[in-house]
Parts: sequence; structure tokens; C-alpha cells
Amino acid sequence: MLPEIGQFTLILACILSFLQMVYPLYGVQTGHQGAIRSARILTILQFIAVASSFAILAYSFLINDFTVGYIATNSNSAMPWYFRLSAVWGAHEGSLLLWVFLLAGWSIAVALMSKRLPIESVARVLAVLGLLSFGFYLFVILTSNPFERTLPYFPIDGRDLNPLLQDFGLVIHPPMLYMGYVGFSVAFAFAIAALLEGRLDSAWAKWSRPWTMAAWMFLTVGIALGSWWAYYELGWGGWWFWDPVENASFMPWLAGTALIHSLAVSEKRGVFKSWTVLLALSAFSLSLLGTFLVRSGVLVSVHAFASDPTRGLFILGFLVLVIGGSLLLYAIQASKVKSRGRYELASRESMLLINNILLIAALIVVLLGTLLPLVHKEIGLGSISIGEPFFNRMFTILIVPFALFLGVGSLFRWKRQQLNDLKKPLTLILILSVLSTVLFLFIFAPFLTWLAVLGTFLGFWIIVAVAYEIYLRSTHRHAFSKGVMKLGNSHWAMSFGHLGLAVMIIGITMTQNFSIEKDIKLAVGDHITFEHYDFHFDQVKPLNGPNYTGSVGIFTVKQDQKQIAVMHAEKRIYTVQRMPMTEAAIDAGITRDLYIAMGEQLPDGAWAVRIYYKPFIRWIWLGPLIMAFGGLLMICDRRYRSKKENGNESVPTTEKEGAQNA
Amino acid sequence: MNPRRKKRLLITSSLIAGLSLAIGLTLYALQQNIDLFYTPNEILNGKNETGAKPEIGQRLRIGGMVLNGSVQRDPESLKVSFDLIDNKAGQVTVYFDGILPDLFREGQGIVAQGVLKSENAIDAFEVLAKHDEEYMPPEVADALKGMEHLKTESELAK
Repeated sequence: MLPEIGQFTLILACILSFLQMVYPLYGVQTGHQGAIRSARILTILQFIAVASSFAILAYSFLINDFTVGYIATNSNSAMPWYFRLSAVWGAHEGSLLLWVFLLAGWSIAVALMSKRLPIESVARVLAVLGLLSFGFYLFVILTSNPFERTLPYFPIDGRDLNPLLQDFGLVIHPPMLYMGYVGFSVAFAFAIAALLEGRLDSAWAKWSRPWTMAAWMFLTVGIALGSWWAYYELGWGGWWFWDPVENASFMPWLAGTALIHSLAVSEKRGVFKSWTVLLALSAFSLSLLGTFLVRSGVLVSVHAFASDPTRGLFILGFLVLVIGGSLLLYAIQASKVKSRGRYELASRESMLLINNILLIAALIVVLLGTLLPLVHKEIGLGSISIGEPFFNRMFTILIVPFALFLGVGSLFRWKRQQLNDLKKPLTLILILSVLSTVLFLFIFAPFLTWLAVLGTFLGFWIIVAVAYEIYLRSTHRHAFSKGVMKLGNSHWAMSFGHLGLAVMIIGITMTQNFSIEKDIKLAVGDHITFEHYDFHFDQVKPLNGPNYTGSVGIFTVKQDQKQIAVMHAEKRIYTVQRMPMTEAAIDAGITRDLYIAMGEQLPDGAWAVRIYYKPFIRWIWLGPLIMAFGGLLMICDRRYRSKKENGNESVPTTEKEGAQNA
Repeated sequence: MNPRRKKRLLITSSLIAGLSLAIGLTLYALQQNIDLFYTPNEILNGKNETGAKPEIGQRLRIGGMVLNGSVQRDPESLKVSFDLIDNKAGQVTVYFDGILPDLFREGQGIVAQGVLKSENAIDAFEVLAKHDEEYMPPEVADALKGMEHLKTESELAK
């Protein structure tokens, strides 16, 4: 009975989202106050409906209701409860339900937390979100219903979740990533609403900024989690593969990063407005494109689980409608947007423009590398693959100007910067960053490569520039200790965001240049020594888990004759799907990871073993976390929070600017 | 020229220069990193679409089924070799030094990436067997269409 109720509430949510799209728009058009106010109520009702569906599916997973086809194929009664719960989004149908649930979550957040916005604007934004929800509800209900029953012949037990996904990483990675993907729909809805209204002003940028930042933050954490998960779970120690699905999440991130910077310019200086709108449209369109690529099965990838052509066609149609429609609207309305501000070539505006150009260049590289194989195949030239070296080389080239300008950029003033004034600080930054690079490499690098020097220098260039900029701003009017307390959250947000990137650049540089990877044959009792580490293969024990068996290899690791770790590398066989899985043993540290993964057992009883030494790999994920923390600081900035000040202040400006634009 | 136009001209021309530089670099990098996909038959007789045969020393990807009984291991190291076949007459030997993926088995479809060593041998630097037993890259599935023992256990059980 319950699954039917879940299906019913899902259909109910679909109908409500349709009303949420139509009614407020009608109200705005005719000035019908009741219809305008209905937007909030409909959004709340829609959220309640889809939340019930989601809760029911989750509950059905927990009680092992294998009469539901989706649960029977993706769960098993032997799985622990938390994996049964995360199995809700372990495959196509459920992950789409998660998608619509989160979309409703963002919608209700907009409905409840935008009390200070003009009610018409909120109505328009919610109507656009309603349209997006409606499209996805139709998709779920028509092509991927998670509540479909297997009655009357239902299995006694489920076919188990793909063992790769039975992991803590999967419990949090998809929700985070989806929060980011879906979150860009809010920025999208704000942009469309502004276009419909024909009014794009600083107030618009100001409203849309914290929402965009929130989505970007989730996406950053989501991608970092995915990378971390791939590192420890896939068993070969890589952290980024330029897999098409990773690229699909990286593209909205690049567009989103460009967007948060461009929004800052639009809010503060009133320029770049139409460009910002275009970015807002692109960020969400790229999220949709990502969904299409992943869900339609056109991609060959670890993540591609669905290859039902109707699904692909549906998303493609929706994609064309949303992207085409929004671009059409943009083409018609964008000419009305006028940027009022003036700025010189040497100014912070220009620096942020360079930031945007480089990010978009990176975006185009990823887009090209992801879509070209598809195009190549479709036009009959045969299948191709574009290797990691392509992306690695392109990003190595792009990061150099990006990091250099980033370090300088925050020292520039808005509007106009005397270049002569920058000579002294830049020389100082250069000297300090070169010194730090030399010191750092002297301590941590076993040998030197050009790329290592370059990468470390870029990282320290940013770090020193950030520190120097904080020092400058703090001592502008006060003594340092007093001034540093007076810096606003937004300022700290910027500093942390940039610092995060620097940490990540250093992590990537060290990992890529100084990792040691040994794939070797080891029998019990053998040992191997490198980098002052001695790995001794002690024994192999049998392994018995709740839904798997296997063997565990035990290694003692000594550094300079001192025991530092005992590592357990597992080789599991999941009993239901008969699928082997490697659980790597990782001894994590801030300056290095030791990584052991069991390969196969060879005919003579010895094992193929991967033993890796990965310096600074943790920094690759620490960086994004710092960036996300910066994002959090910005959202908490007082000017987005306190209702009183802003409510009074923003209304007159919007009216004035609205009049100017009209 | 007034300063405003001058600024615009500067911005526009630097944009165009940057863009063309980026595109040039991208195409150059792409040229070196595109790996064509071949089936064993295509390695021997040329690609189905164009008839072009791969040259020795070329980087490529190959997909096919591991021939039963063809896996040979070096007793001292992790060196291994195996034959890949498809639904036509192709048979190509792949040499690999490293750890084979968990799902690598005889009779299973796999993809290898490497360099063509001789007319029918490949030095692979990467061997991929997909994570899901039922899942197979479409290219490999095409190359194996109609073969007897392609079916995996789970499919037979249905």
C-alpha cells in the first residue's frame, strides 16, 4: 500500500508544480494578488508532497520491501541499514527522485527565505522553479518510476547494490553534488525572472548572489567528495580521471565559479550584467547537460547506469526546451540591460573579466574533450577517446595565467588602478613567494622538475598575495590587530576561496610530480623498501562481512626501522552479485598518504599488490573544503542576512534603477 | 581615436588573439591525444568505416573478448599477455605489465589502451574491465555481437 501512496504523492507534487508554474505567472500578468501569493503556498505544498514520496521510498528500503522493483534490484536484506538508506539514490530512478526532492527543497527555501523581496519577483522565480520541477516530475513519472511493483512474483531477497556504492562516500557524495547541480536552478530562475521582468539591477545581483554561492559551495564539496571516494574506493589511487561524468560535474562548477565572480562585479559596480545573466543560464544548462549525458547512457562511463533510449530522448527534449527557451528570452530581453558603470583597463573589473575569460576557456576545453568523442562517433568516423594528457596539458597551461592574475587581481582597486602603485607590493610578493617555494621544495621535494617548481610557485604566489592583501586592507585605517577584526565576512570569503585554490594547486603539484607507484608481486613474508618506508607483507587472513567474503592482506610498515602502521588491504567478493572489490588500505597523513591495494592472487599463491606513496594528496581535498568554507562565510555576511537594513535600503534603489532601465 | 574606442579595440583584439591562441593550442593538444578505437579485426584489416589500418607505433584503444586459455603470466613479475578476439576473424595479442582489474576474466569483454607493437600485437599501458558485470562498452558489445559465450552468468540466470 505504502508505495502506491508514494506514487500518488509524487503525481500530486507534479500537479502542484504545474500550478506553481502557471498560477503565479497569471497573477503577475493580470495583477491578481491572490494568484501571486499562491506561489509560496503551492511551493510549500509541492515540497510536502514530494518529501512524502521520498520518505516513503526510503522507508520501503529500510523495511526491505522487495515487491518494489527498484528496491529488489538495488538492495539486499544483508546490507546494513545506512547503506539500505543510501541505496535510495544508488541507481537511476531513486537518484532522480532525490533530484526532484532537492529541487523542491531549494524552491521552498526560496519561498520561505526571501521575505524582503518584492512579492512579484518571488512569484516569478517560483514559477520558473515550478516549470523545472514539472519537467522533472514528468520525467520521473513517465520514464523512471521508482515505485513500480514486481507483483505478483516478487523476489525473496534483493539483488544487492553495486558493491562500489556500498560505501560511506556514496552516502554523502550524490546528495552534495545534486544540491549543487540543482542549486544552480535558483540562480537560473532568478535570471529568467529578471529577464521576464526586463529589469536587471544591482538588487537582482544581490539577491541571487547568496543562492548561487550556496549552490557553488555544495557543488565544490560534492566534487571533492567524489574525487576522494574514487581515490580510496576504486582501488588504483587516482583522484581525477577526466571521466565524462566527472567532466559533467566540473563544467557547471567552472561556469558557477565564473558566475560568483561576475555577480560580485554586477552587485558592486553594476557592470557585466548581461554577461552575468548568460552565465547564470549557462551554469544550470550545463547541470542539465550533465544530467543528460549521465542519464541517457550516451556516455561510456563508470557512472552510466541507464541506457533506456526514451529516457535520453526525454531529457534531450527538456534540455532543448530549457536551454533554447532561456537563450531565446535572453536574446530578446538582454538588449534592454545597460551597464552603467565605467572602468579603466587597469582595474579590478578587468581582472575579474580575465578570471571569467580563463574560466570559460577551461570550460570550453572540458566541453570539447567531453563531447568530441560523441560527435566523432555520430558522424561516422569511428569511436575515439580523448586521453587524460589532453586535459592535463590544457589545464597546466590555463592555470598559470589564472593563478598569476588571481594573486594580483585582489590588489587592484575598482574602477581605476595606478599601475605604478602596484610595483612595490608585487616585487615584495614575488620575492616572498620565490623564497617560500625554495624553502618548501627544499624540505619536501626529493628532486626537482620544472612543473613542480612552477606549480609550487603558483600556489605560494596566491598564498603570499592573499596574506599581503589582508595586511594591506587591515592597516588601511587602523593598526593591524584592530583592522583585521574589522574585515567583513565577504572579504574573508574571498581570501579563503583563493587560499583553498592555492592549497589545491600545491597538493596537485606534489602528488603529480612526486608520487611513487609500485605494482609488484609479493608473497607472504616478502618486503619492499622505498622512500625510507619498508612494507612487510605479514599474512593473509580470510574475511567475513555481512554481505561479502574475501581475504585481507596485513602489512607492517616501518620508517627508518620504526613501526609506523599496520595496514589491512582487503579483497572482497560480494556474495549476491559475485563481484570482486578492492578495499585499499590507506595510512593518511598531512604530507603523505601510504596506499596499499591488493590485486589478484597469482597462480603460484603470491599476490599482485599496488603500493603507493602519495605526497600531499590530502591537500587536493583540503583545498576545496577551504574554498567551500569561504563560500559559507560569504553567505553569512550581514548584508544578506539582516532584514531591516536591507529591506529599507534596497527598495528605493531598485525602483530608481528599474525606472532607468525601463 | 578617442580613448573609449581605443579601449574597446584593445579589449576586442586581445580577446581575439587569446581565443585563437587557445583554439590553436587545444587543437594541437587534441591531435596528440586522440586515441582511435579498434576491434581486433579492424587492427588486422582496417577500420570498418574508413578502411584505414593502424600504423605500428600508433597509440590506440582496442576492445574485444579475452580468448579462453590465452592468458599467460610471467612467473617472476606481473607481466601478462592474452589474446583478444571479436565476432569476425580478428585475433590480437595484448602485452601488459601491471595489475589486471578485478573484473578481468577469460571470456570477458575488455578494453585496453596502448601502442601497436607489430601487426597483431599491442603493448598496453592500461587494461579496463568495467565495474558492472552486465555493463559493456557499446563498441565492445558491437564487436562481440552474436558470440556464444559472451553471456555473463547473471544473464544466463534470468
